[in-house]
Amino acid sequence: MKQPKQIDAVIVGGGPAGLAAAVALFDHGIENIIILEREAQLGGILRQCIHDGFGLTRFSQTLSGPEYAQRFIDAVEKRRIPYLLKASVLEVSADKTVTAATRDGLMQWKAGAVILTMGCRERTRGALAIPGDRPAGVFTAGVVQAYINLYNRMPGKEVVILGSGDIGMIMARRLTLEGAHVLGVFEVQPYPSGLPRNIQQCLLDFDIPLHLSHTVTQIHGKSRLTGVTISQVDDKMQPIPGTETFYPCDTLVLSVGLIPENELTIDAGAVLDSRTKGADVDENYQTSVPGIFAAGNVLHVHDLVDFVSLEAERLAASVAVYLREHQLPCCPIPVIPGDGIGHVIPQHISGQRDVSLSLRVNRPFENAAIVVRQQGRALCRKPLRKIAPAQMLELTVKAQQIAPEQALEVSVE
Amino acid sequence: MEEAYDVLIVGGGVIGSAIAREMSRYQLKIGVLEKNLDVCYETSGRNSAVVHGGFAYDPGTLKARLCVEGNRMMDQLSSELDFAFRRCGKVLVGNTPQDLETLKKTIQQGEENGATGLELIDEQQLHQLVPAVVGKFAMYSKNSGIMDPFGFTIALAENAHANGVDYFFDHKVTGICRADGRYRVSTEKGDFYSRWVVNAAGLGCKEISDLLGITGYRVIGSKGDYLVLDERTGKLLPMPVYPVPSNTYMGIHVTSTIDGNVTVGPNAETVTDFTDYGVPQRNMDFLAESASQLWPHIRKADYIRNYSGILPKWVDENGVIQDFKIEIRDDIAPNAINLVGIESPGLTAAVPIARYAISLMAQREKLIENPRFSPLRKGIVRLRGKSDEEKAALIAQNPDYGELICRCEQVSKAEILQAIHNPLGVHTMVGIKYRTRSMMGRCQGGYCQMRIAQLLEQELGLKETEILYARQGSQLFAGKVREEAEG
Repeated sequence: MKQPKQIDAVIVGGGPAGLAAAVALFDHGIENIIILEREAQLGGILRQCIHDGFGLTRFSQTLSGPEYAQRFIDAVEKRRIPYLLKASVLEVSADKTVTAATRDGLMQWKAGAVILTMGCRERTRGALAIPGDRPAGVFTAGVVQAYINLYNRMPGKEVVILGSGDIGMIMARRLTLEGAHVLGVFEVQPYPSGLPRNIQQCLLDFDIPLHLSHTVTQIHGKSRLTGVTISQVDDKMQPIPGTETFYPCDTLVLSVGLIPENELTIDAGAVLDSRTKGADVDENYQTSVPGIFAAGNVLHVHDLVDFVSLEAERLAASVAVYLREHQLPCCPIPVIPGDGIGHVIPQHISGQRDVSLSLRVNRPFENAAIVVRQQGRALCRKPLRKIAPAQMLELTVKAQQIAPEQALEVSVE
Repeated sequence: MEEAYDVLIVGGGVIGSAIAREMSRYQLKIGVLEKNLDVCYETSGRNSAVVHGGFAYDPGTLKARLCVEGNRMMDQLSSELDFAFRRCGKVLVGNTPQDLETLKKTIQQGEENGATGLELIDEQQLHQLVPAVVGKFAMYSKNSGIMDPFGFTIALAENAHANGVDYFFDHKVTGICRADGRYRVSTEKGDFYSRWVVNAAGLGCKEISDLLGITGYRVIGSKGDYLVLDERTGKLLPMPVYPVPSNTYMGIHVTSTIDGNVTVGPNAETVTDFTDYGVPQRNMDFLAESASQLWPHIRKADYIRNYSGILPKWVDENGVIQDFKIEIRDDIAPNAINLVGIESPGLTAAVPIARYAISLMAQREKLIENPRFSPLRKGIVRLRGKSDEEKAALIAQNPDYGELICRCEQVSKAEILQAIHNPLGVHTMVGIKYRTRSMMGRCQGGYCQMRIAQLLEQELGLKETEILYARQGSQLFAGKVREEAEG
C-alpha cells in the first residue's frame, strides 16, 4: 500500500451535503480537498428524486432532485474540485486517516479535517418487527423509488403503503402514475409524518386515502405478498382487537422513518445523540472527535434539501477556520431539548456568537411558541400557529443574550 | 433417456448434503433431489447456529454420540471446507440451588457422553467470560462454538458437487416405488431411477418414510422464533449464553453469531404447518423480555430482523421426544436409508450422521473408494475482516474487490459475482445473501438489493420477471416500468 496522501479535507459522500460543503470550502480558500462518492455519479439520493419541489427556499424555484443536484455538481466542476466516484470509504480513524476501496486500489488520505456527509438510510421491516410471513413484495419506499426511477423495474401492481413519510407519499403518487393501484396510506400515529404539501399533492389530488392511527399487524404470503392485515391502534399505538381488516395486495411499501448512516462516525469514536442518531456536534458542526465534522442527513434527518445545503455551508465556514487556526472556540454550553422538542442541533455552543438552532417538535402543537431559556430566563421566543413534527424549525439565539456556562433549554410553551 | 443412479438422496439440507459429500468418497453415482431452490431454506439455515458440546442428551443415544463426534471434527471440517467456525465456548447460567444440581448433573451426563472441557464456574469467573451476563454461577463448556450454518451446508453441497454429485433443485418428490430391484423416484419434473434411496428430507421425513412404506412414525414440528440484533451488540457477547436447560428444551438463549450479530431465541411451539415461518408479535416481545433476564442489552433499536425455524421431532404415542432414527428396513424397503426426526443437534452432528448412515449401507454392499475424491473446497474470499494490506492485494488482483455493493456488510462486487456463478447454479436473491452476507446487515438490502438484482439479470441473462426472492413464485418484479430500450 502507498503512503497516505496529505490533504486539507476529505468529504465523505457526494450527495447534497457533501457537494455544498465542498463548494463552500473551496470558496473559503480551502482547495486541497477531495469528495469521495461510492456511486458512479455525484448527487446522492437526489438522483432518484425525479419529482419537483426542491430549491423553493434556496433558489425560489421548484426544481427536480437531479436539477437541484446538478446546480451543485456544476459548481464543483467549475471549480475543478477533485472527486472520486465508486470510492467506498471503509474507515475514518480518529487521527483523520480515511481509507477507501476503489477499483484502482485501496486508497488512504491523512486529512486536516474530515467532513462526514453520508446521508441516511431507511428503517426496515426488521427494525419495526412487523409480524407475519416473509414473502417478496415488501420494500422500503426508497428502494421502490430506485427501482422505478433508476432501474426501470416495476415492483408491483396492488400496493399498500405503511407510513406517511414524504417518500412514501411521493411513491404513492409515482406508483399511481405508473399504473399501479394504491389502496391507501396507513399511518400508526394520529397525525401524518410527512409535509402537508405532499398530503395534498400526492394523496388528495390522486384520491389515495390516508388512514391515521392504523398499522400493519400481519404480512401474508409464502412466495410473493398476497395481502396485509391492517388494524386500528389506540392512543398508545397498540392494535385494537376486532379492527383487523385484510387488504389483498402484492406490494407493501414502508415509509417508516430514516436513520442517519453513522457507522463510520461511530468507528471514528464520535459520540452520538440518542435522539437524532447522528453525531453530537458543537456550533461548528464539529463532532466529539476534533477535526471530524458532520452535516446534512447524517447529522439529523432534514425535511428539505435546501436546509441540508445551508447546514453544509455553515459547516464549511467552520472547517475553514479550523484548518487555518488549528482550533475552534471551546463550546461548553449544552443545548437541551425540553418539553415538546424532539431534538436540537447543535448540542453544544460557545455562547460567544449568534447561533442558529435546528430542531423538530415531538408532537403537533397549535398556537404555541418555541422558547429558549437559560436558568428560566427566556432568551428568545418564536410563536407559531401550527407546528408539526414533519417540519424542521430554525431559530437564532443572539450571543449577547447568552450567559456563560449555563445550559440552554429549548421547549414548546 | 432415463438417468440411473446408485443413490438418490431426498433432501439437500445439511444432512442430505453431508451424506452426499461423505458418499462421494466412494464410487457411486449420486443425485440429490431438493424441493426448494437452494440447500438451506429450511431447518439447516434456521436455527441457533451453535456447535453443541454434546452434554444435553441422554447417554447412549445417537444424539449424544454423534454430537460429541461432530463437535470434535468441526475444526477439521472447517479447514477442509472453508466455512466459518469458532470454538468460542458457551455458558449455561444458573441462580438457584436447583439450577446448581441440574448443572452438576449436566456435567456428569456430558462426561458420560464423552464431552470434554465442562466445568462449573462462579460468578466472578462468569463475568470474566461474559461481562454483562446476569447469574450467580454457570456451567462453562469450553468446546462449544458457533458457525455459519449457510456456509457449512453450502460448503458440503459444493464439495459433494465437485466430487460428482448431481443436485436437482425445485424437485419435490411425489412418489417412490420399488420394482425390478431398483427404485423409481417420481418428482413433479420427471422420474429418477436408483439402486439406493436416502430419506434426508428433514421436515418432510415422515412423508418420505411413508412413501418408502415405512409407516407409523409420528413427527411433530417444534417452531422457534428468533430476533436478530445489530452487529454493534455482538461486541458485548463473546459467547452464547443459555439458561439452565429443562429435560426437553434448551431455553431461550442469547447467541453470538459468527458474523458479529446476536440472536435471541428460540421459544418452542408445536406446529402442524411446516411451511409457516411467520413470527408473531407476542413471541417477539416474549423473547426480548425473557432473554433480558440473562443479558440486559436487548433493545428494540437494535432489532434488524427476526426469523423462525422448525425442528422435526420424532415422538412416541405419549408425545415424548425420541432419539434420531437412522435405519435400513430390509424387510420393508431394502436399500433405503431412512432418517427420521433429525433435529438439534443435527447441524453439529451432520457429518457423523452421514457416516453412520453410510456404515449401514456398507454392511449391505461393498463400497469402493473413489480415488478422485477431494475433501477440499474453497469458499468465496471476503473483503471484510482482511487487513488493509490484504484488501489492497485482493483489489490489485481483481478490481471488482474494490467496488462495494453491500455497504453494511462490506461485500464487494467480486464476491457477488462469485455467488451469482456459484457451482450449484442457485440464482435467487436469498441464495446470493446466504453466500455473501449481502442484504443481511442493518439496512437489510436497502442499499444493495437493486444492484444485486441487476447483476443477476445481466450475468445470467435473466428477464426481470425471472428474478426470484427465495421460492418458486416469489417474483421480485411485476415487469418493467416502460418498455423502451434501456440506456
